[in-house]
Amino acid sequence: MSRFAAILPELILSLGGTVLMLVAAFTGRRGSALVSWLAVALLLVGTAALVGAPSHAGPQFDGLISADLFASFGKAIMFPAAAVAIIAAHGWFEQDHEHSSEYAVLILFAAAGMSIMVSATSLISLYVGLELNSLASYVLASYRRSDERSAEAGLKYFVLGALASGILLYGISLLYGFTGTTNFAGIAAAFARGAPSLGLLFGLVFLLAGLAFKISAVPFHMWTPDVYEGAPTPVTAFFATAPKVAAVMLATRVCVDALAPATDAWRQIMIFAALASIFLGAIAAYGQTNIKRLLAYSSINNVGFVLIGLAGGGAVGASSVLFYLAVYVPMTLGAFLCVLWMRDSEGRPVEDIASLAGLSQTRPGFALAFAVFMFSLAGVPPFFGFWAKVVVFNSALKAGLFPFAVAGILGTVIGAYYYLRIVKVMYMDEPAAPYARVREPLQGLLILLSALVISPLGYLLIGPLQSLSDKAAGSMF
Amino acid sequence: MVGSEVTGLPLLTILIALPLIAGAACLFVRAEAARWIALVTTLVELVISIYLWVQFDPNGAQWQFQEYVPLGGGFGWALGIDGIALVLIQLTAFLMPICIGASWRSIDRRVPEYMAAFLLMQALMFGVFAAQDLFLFYVFFEGGLIPMYLIIGIWGGAERIKASYKFFLYTFLGSVLMLIAMIYMAQTAGTTSIPKLMAYDFPVDAQKWLWLAFFASFAVKMPMWPVHTWLPDAHVQAPTAGSVILAGVLLKMGGYGFIRFSLPMFPDGSAMFVPLVFVLSGVAVVYTSLVALVQTDMKKLIAYSSVAHMAFVTFGLFALNRQGIEGAMMVMLGHGLVSGALFLCVGVVYDRLHTREIARYGGLSDNMPGYALLFMVFTMASVGLPGTSNFVGEFLSLIGTYHASTWAAIVATTGIILGAAYMLWLYWRIAFGTQRNADAAAMPDLSAREWWLLAPIALAVFWMGIYPESFLRPMRNDIGRLLTRVERVAPQGDSRPTPGKAREKLQLVGEEESHS
Repeated sequence: MSRFAAILPELILSLGGTVLMLVAAFTGRRGSALVSWLAVALLLVGTAALVGAPSHAGPQFDGLISADLFASFGKAIMFPAAAVAIIAAHGWFEQDHEHSSEYAVLILFAAAGMSIMVSATSLISLYVGLELNSLASYVLASYRRSDERSAEAGLKYFVLGALASGILLYGISLLYGFTGTTNFAGIAAAFARGAPSLGLLFGLVFLLAGLAFKISAVPFHMWTPDVYEGAPTPVTAFFATAPKVAAVMLATRVCVDALAPATDAWRQIMIFAALASIFLGAIAAYGQTNIKRLLAYSSINNVGFVLIGLAGGGAVGASSVLFYLAVYVPMTLGAFLCVLWMRDSEGRPVEDIASLAGLSQTRPGFALAFAVFMFSLAGVPPFFGFWAKVVVFNSALKAGLFPFAVAGILGTVIGAYYYLRIVKVMYMDEPAAPYARVREPLQGLLILLSALVISPLGYLLIGPLQSLSDKAAGSMF
Repeated sequence: MVGSEVTGLPLLTILIALPLIAGAACLFVRAEAARWIALVTTLVELVISIYLWVQFDPNGAQWQFQEYVPLGGGFGWALGIDGIALVLIQLTAFLMPICIGASWRSIDRRVPEYMAAFLLMQALMFGVFAAQDLFLFYVFFEGGLIPMYLIIGIWGGAERIKASYKFFLYTFLGSVLMLIAMIYMAQTAGTTSIPKLMAYDFPVDAQKWLWLAFFASFAVKMPMWPVHTWLPDAHVQAPTAGSVILAGVLLKMGGYGFIRFSLPMFPDGSAMFVPLVFVLSGVAVVYTSLVALVQTDMKKLIAYSSVAHMAFVTFGLFALNRQGIEGAMMVMLGHGLVSGALFLCVGVVYDRLHTREIARYGGLSDNMPGYALLFMVFTMASVGLPGTSNFVGEFLSLIGTYHASTWAAIVATTGIILGAAYMLWLYWRIAFGTQRNADAAAMPDLSAREWWLLAPIALAVFWMGIYPESFLRPMRNDIGRLLTRVERVAPQGDSRPTPGKAREKLQLVGEEESHS
């Protein structure tokens, strides 16, 4: 029985998800509120279940997964983020003939998949977790099947995702073929045996390319703007946060655990991907008029900064990745909740940046919160996003990557332009037609809460968050 | 240790927190209440900072009123001031109520947000001068961009959007390189405490790069030629009070940065780049003065004159001797007062006629004698007339530069002449001559509010010019400590007396030659 204690959160999510799927099937539209609240409750129980065995039980099931603090750190970010994505959908799908009961169930399954991803210490469990998450995500992207854009987003995501899975599997098979093991520790031992063979290097490149797709790092980012724009906004909020955390953490574990002896090999890839993501994410966002597309490029840009931390390598690099993600999630969720509140006078969602004009005069509190998220995403002090950037650059500089860090930080200036543009539209333009008020006090509370975390008050969290992410990163070594 | 020695109150934290709280309160009240909240807050801040001045012991410890609360990750709420920071805090606290007063009627749109932005700005400026943690300094230094961006962008003139972007992105670009350098410094020295870093010797090779990274930030902020182009735009578009705070305090952050970071932390790097600084400053003095001469917009003229005056600061600082550095500090203080006052003078006539075209005015000494008097005081101070604040600073800074390099001093001195040319010509075109425009001739003289804004600055300008010791005394020991770091590498100028050759010896040589 004790071996199951180590995977308690996963059990709660998958069993609970299965039961809720039946409830959803039998109650249909009537039960959507019940199902989504129960799903939120399950995610919170899953988070609470992290206390105890799941955070320190060590390798499980012959090294397929590892229940350690690193995985728990990720779950503690992802589960609440998934819960917020469910809360964000309240009243969203009911506008048309869809309903949100299956939505919550799909999120639960995706969360179970992510949970396996961050715990995976073997290529097999890595792939199983990734696919469980991806399959749920494909369906979520096309959840509004009556909406052409949503259907297109789902299809695009699926086709490109399948391609990426193929690349990933090819890399996995090469690694398995040349090392004779799928276990991370075994792969690390094989890489440590001397200069890696060509086959191993190919395996490494394909594996990382497949993962780069999942974290939408340049040059495997093409799906991101289309999917983010087309998917329903609560789904986009979800995509930009929890699955991204899972994929980044998975890539982190692969790099600093399985591929640790080949740091020089993967570091080049990360350096390229980081700089390309930062610059493309910043430059391509210039001409956007759709706020969701803009935030898609912003998430590409942010992944670039995470990879700067990762490129540092070792425990410091992993810790900086964790820190960045912990700050990235509330600021992104907050920004998307604000997008969710952009409704025209009849309550229909609007995504046009121009519709934000003069928001500071019609809805000062809303505009202030949105501006805080924008400044924080841009990395402007005194907001918390700034400190996250300090932490990742600290990791890169510790590794002696000076020109790389300088190039990366210059990218923040280019990126700052389009974040400033949102602030400019809200504060300096003449007011456009005012938005309809959204009567969702819980969502309002969540916006307030994330704005408070991101505000300078967040600096009070630096101490605990830093020591926690150091410990979590240290648990892999 | 938290709190001052005398009262046990964390005075610097109060100084920073009070405007933040008041600024937040402004957002929830109506325009008139917001004005009064802002005015009372800035006056209380002025009282607190005067109390700091009185309590500050010039012969005491280097750092006084220290506070420290660790926040983890090597980062802490570390505050403390020395004499240099003290006088700059005085300048900020003195200018702020004047800024609020200058906006009393001229800002009639979105007043609560305006006052909140100004109070936020004030908190961040105090933070910059009081921060003793490397990253805390950066947070305040960069955070100041946000309220200024909003002030220019919301309440500015017709081209305000472009100016606000230019202001933000220019300064942001300069500063991010400094951030990389700061992270490296924290890693190498193992501390983020500014006082400790000021005594830390970085490897000479690294100093070169660190110095350049900090220079990128401070040169833009200062601003030095050729990265000054954001300044005229920002000044012209900003509302009057925005220009005052920009010229009065924000530009001084660049000079403060050089004194606090570049000189004591990287003395070898500073010495290495003295020629670069001198060349850039020399170009700035001559070029921007000539540019100022041909301006037709009053604010733009004063903006370019600021660039020229700031070049005296960089000349003085990088002379790396006592006169130069003390002079640089005095120029910063004097220029803070005088350029602020000149922008206020522009604001006075702009509020009446809504134009800054110099040609639209003329002969104002007839209908606005009070205005003409005060404007003349500030013009003379800007020119550097003895008896006014700028004379002390410019003179000391020129002496310092002369010790370092006579050529640099010659170039710098042309700035005084050119400065007199453009300022006196500006004054002549506005205050003297015939009254060409009926609407300009009908403008009323200064109101009581405007007297209250300008007269205190005029008094301070004379005080600083006649008895500068009040301002030099608190800085003296700190500049002395700075000199112990940089003296070793100070440039050996060509102005030192050369030992003469003995006459007899010469004759002997002559005799030898004739014998042979």
